[in-house]
Amino acid sequence: MKKFTTHTGLVVAMDRANVDTDQIIPKQFLKRIERSGFGEFLFWDWAKLEDDSPNPEFELNRPEAQGASVLITRRNFGCGSSREHAPWALEDFGFRVLIAPSFADIFYNNCFKNSMLPIRLSEQLIEDLFVRANQHPDYKLTADLESCHLTDSHGLDIAFEVDPIRRHCLLEGLDDIGMTLEHEDKITAYELKMVS
Amino acid sequence: MTTKPRNLFEKIWDQHIVHAEEGRQTILYVDLHLVHEVTSPQAFEALRLSGRTVRRPERTLSTVDHNIPTTDRNLPIVDLTAKRQIDTLRANCKEFGVTLYDVHDPRQGIVHVIGPEQGYTQPGMTIVCGDSHTSTHGAFGALAFGIGTSEVEHVLATQTLLQDKPHTLELRVDGSLAAGVTAKDLVLYLIGQITTEGGTGYCVEFTGEAIRALSMENRMTVCNMTIEGGARAGLIAPDEITYEYLRGRPFAPKDFDAAIQRWQQLPTDTGASYDKSLHFDAAQIGPQVTWGTNPGHVSAVDSRVPKAEDFTDATDQKTAAGALKYMGLAGGEAFQDIQIDRVFIGSCTNARIEDLRAAAQVVKDHRVADHISAMVVPGSGLVKKQAEEEGLADLFQQAGFQWREAGCSMCLAMNPDKLESGERCASTSNRNFEGRQGKGGRTHLVSPAMAAAAACAGHFVDIRNWN
Repeated sequence: MKKFTTHTGLVVAMDRANVDTDQIIPKQFLKRIERSGFGEFLFWDWAKLEDDSPNPEFELNRPEAQGASVLITRRNFGCGSSREHAPWALEDFGFRVLIAPSFADIFYNNCFKNSMLPIRLSEQLIEDLFVRANQHPDYKLTADLESCHLTDSHGLDIAFEVDPIRRHCLLEGLDDIGMTLEHEDKITAYELKMVS
Repeated sequence: MTTKPRNLFEKIWDQHIVHAEEGRQTILYVDLHLVHEVTSPQAFEALRLSGRTVRRPERTLSTVDHNIPTTDRNLPIVDLTAKRQIDTLRANCKEFGVTLYDVHDPRQGIVHVIGPEQGYTQPGMTIVCGDSHTSTHGAFGALAFGIGTSEVEHVLATQTLLQDKPHTLELRVDGSLAAGVTAKDLVLYLIGQITTEGGTGYCVEFTGEAIRALSMENRMTVCNMTIEGGARAGLIAPDEITYEYLRGRPFAPKDFDAAIQRWQQLPTDTGASYDKSLHFDAAQIGPQVTWGTNPGHVSAVDSRVPKAEDFTDATDQKTAAGALKYMGLAGGEAFQDIQIDRVFIGSCTNARIEDLRAAAQVVKDHRVADHISAMVVPGSGLVKKQAEEEGLADLFQQAGFQWREAGCSMCLAMNPDKLESGERCASTSNRNFEGRQGKGGRTHLVSPAMAAAAACAGHFVDIRNWN
């Protein structure tokens, strides 16, 4: 897995709550057997008009959002289906940092498996970020996972919390399966105990 | 052994710890891994690329359900991308030695229907699948939850998962459900109360008289939708109802009495606690209908669709306004005045035999309204067979329902079964998200009986007044 230490990127604000993974990557794209290339299908039903041309109203299609890699959004982002295609699509599109008041459990977990950093902040702090993103053209945020601080170039400096274990895995780019297999003897012992 | 009273979740968790150390995620053993065609190909491919094998093929069970057509199984699959995914699962199962209930196997069906049906799902187990509705299996007092594809790979390779221990949330429902009010109504009501993120970070245990009174299949309906309330897993303590359901099933334990003795140790100890407990009164629950675009957007059928301004929180208000617009509703409509176009009876929530019996009972001596297209999709090949033997299939077909082969079908519309844009559907499935049943489609979640009645009336009806 790729390491995540610090990231500075253009912000796009998506003022919606309860964005489910069916919206992030609709079902018609889940039939692919590849793991890459989902970015072009991100938010397809919202991003496209009836004739599959880009919907100019959609947040991510606006000119000022091009090249965005930091998403700020409202609560319960990523709810619903467990499809890891959702973080694959976000990552492939270019997102590295997602910021919301809350994330659904399975999606949150899946982000860490794909070198993306989901940051939970209070509703009030998120509101402040929405205001800043509206105020400043080309608004950028820096998420520093080593110091666990979120900053901008206009004086913002917020400490955020990440579970220390997940932080460690992301900073080091650790391979979960490799780590678990270091304890293979314990798995075998557990299985022997089950049989007896 | 600890003497501290423990709840059901804590007992299962403790029993499955392979390795725990400070500052690391717990390595938890997985007893049963269910696999389907959509979330597994990338996991098998990664396994292959790293030269790893499936550690416990005998603890892995696979089927095709998500994108399989529900029409004649002897016809070729015309969607070539779907076909490739099914072929890939077939090849992977063969290469890695995993049991597959394939298209023509009589036991094929929705993964969360066939696990219990075959007796694979048992109390006290840990069960995972690359599908959020794995919570269904919690009805047996098993710790069961959905995982992503990276985790599917992890389980295939190690038969374990790295997990953080969730908090526990008790949802206690006292009293009895009124006539006509079902497990589906109960769980929709609970989601409406706690919201779609009320369970985030928790493992739920459903307790109380109203839960204990439910049949095994109804318990599955409740646990199935735990994820719609934000919790990955929802448990119900095993009891006589659980044991009797499992007795005699093909993969139930051979020494069944010894198994019962083990299972009897599982229920929450007297004096054990939960991180949070919420109490509800079953008598307050009426038949439910969703009106919006998440399962928490739900009201009783004898009420009216809310208006956006009924919500006080600014985000809720904006969400409700967007949902009503998508659903083609102004707010304020009586549910029973809302006309529908389609009816779907099926899904891992409501496609077991009791669901079909409940729906068939309603359609008896009625006909599907002229303008409505209605379909029944059994949860498995065996449910289909049983329904045909009991005469339910005839009842549905005589009433004008289409009678299909088993699969996920229009719950998520990955196969050819889908809504056209603007079509309004009464559905027994679990998600009313935008586009879930087809782009632009409008989904209202209801119980099987409510869906059947709506099919015949052409609009939602209060099932308590149906005859």
